[in-house]
Amino acid sequence: MMDMIESTSIYRLRPGWRLQWEEAQGRHVLLYPEGMVQLNDSAGAILTQLDGQRDVAGVVANLQARFADAPAAEIERDVHEFLLDAARQGWIRHD
Amino acid sequence: MTDRTHTTAVNDTTGAPLWLLAELTYRCPLQCAYCSNPLDFAAVKEELSTEEWMGVLAQARAMGAVQIGFSGGEPLVRQDLETLVAEARRLGFYTNLITSGLGLDEARIKALHAAGLDHIQISLQASDPDVAAAVAGSPKAHAKKLAMARAVKAAGYPMVLNVVLHRHNIDRIDDIIALCDELGADAVELANCQMYGWAHLNREGLLPSHEQLESAEATTARWRERLAERGRDMRLLFVVPDYYAERPKACMGGWGAIFMTVAPDGAVLPCHSARMLPMSFPNVRERGLHEIWYDSEPFNRYRGDGWMREPCRSCDERHKDVGGCRCQAYLLTGDATATDPVCSLSPDHHLIEAARRQAEHGERPMADLTLRNVHESRIFCRA
Repeated sequence: MMDMIESTSIYRLRPGWRLQWEEAQGRHVLLYPEGMVQLNDSAGAILTQLDGQRDVAGVVANLQARFADAPAAEIERDVHEFLLDAARQGWIRHD
Repeated sequence: MTDRTHTTAVNDTTGAPLWLLAELTYRCPLQCAYCSNPLDFAAVKEELSTEEWMGVLAQARAMGAVQIGFSGGEPLVRQDLETLVAEARRLGFYTNLITSGLGLDEARIKALHAAGLDHIQISLQASDPDVAAAVAGSPKAHAKKLAMARAVKAAGYPMVLNVVLHRHNIDRIDDIIALCDELGADAVELANCQMYGWAHLNREGLLPSHEQLESAEATTARWRERLAERGRDMRLLFVVPDYYAERPKACMGGWGAIFMTVAPDGAVLPCHSARMLPMSFPNVRERGLHEIWYDSEPFNRYRGDGWMREPCRSCDERHKDVGGCRCQAYLLTGDATATDPVCSLSPDHHLIEAARRQAEHGERPMADLTLRNVHESRIFCRA
């Protein structure tokens, strides 16, 4: 179906799904009809960036600025890999 | 699942009740012969008030509950449903309405949407009005449900349809899936009815034969292929009846592990079936939810594995399936600490095998089913 992530694509959560910080769990969760995905730190950080306006390049740039200590190329690769997988699982979509 | 790469491990000490099932009422316009409500539901008279439910929502959310299901009975019977949904949403719950669709109209869909409702799950009884009417005891319900399913979809909700399967409708699964496809469903739960509550009472008339079940699974598999070819994203979840499994399910993810039900009168249960167990459950009118969940005897009784007997006690799989379902063990053996007889290692497994054999022969007309209604329920009410 899709095998790569375009830098200009704008991803958003699947309609009806919600990303939320859960204080009680100390992590971000992705909520959907009668279910929940408990996210680790990097998945939470990436999904938080999907505001419906920022494209993939923008997401990468923001995270590179935020995690300036980490190698930039690694962040870019992580974001692309995650988005690809999240799209395959139906968590996110792009226009 | 690739979940592992993006998710964190969940520890196995007593955690928060992530799921709250709010059974707002036992009242319902339908009379489904497989209803999971207690047989003596008619004995429950005093439903929690709006204010009492508000208190339940706030307490549960403070404990970490994040998914809420508004259920019943038929939750739309409660005129304060919109108020409760709005409060739940404000508190940060993901709000699910689990409904028959009866009592829904365009105005209420709009009001629920404005209240912030996240998801509506509508149940269908069958693909055709006759079977639907016989099983649910209402001749007009089917057409109304279809209209409401369309309206829910049109309002922009993700549409999850739930169809309870049993021996009288399972052979029509092809038509059922086709109908869900036509309605534009995003997901369909093809849930074979499990034998609790009214379904247990009607077990002989509901349990499909092994052949019926295999044929339905094959039809579902063919549909999955066809949907994939068309690029149609409609997930089909086929839930096998416990009676045809070789190992029991890890019921509710474990007793008092992640799931909490609050019944219409405020009784707090580890699942919606547990009320018929020979034990009394705490009530939110008398104690706080936090104390009930962490400290009450009923919620601690079947946590962990200290309560288990053989063959569970020494079984390698005891943490995988937590000994199965306490309600099923009690219903079939009279002992809630027994191994779930669904397990082929259970000394009581012959009870399951006998039920399967019984399902192989003999036509049981739908007219023989005992419908779930107040009149029938009073027979089970004891003062």
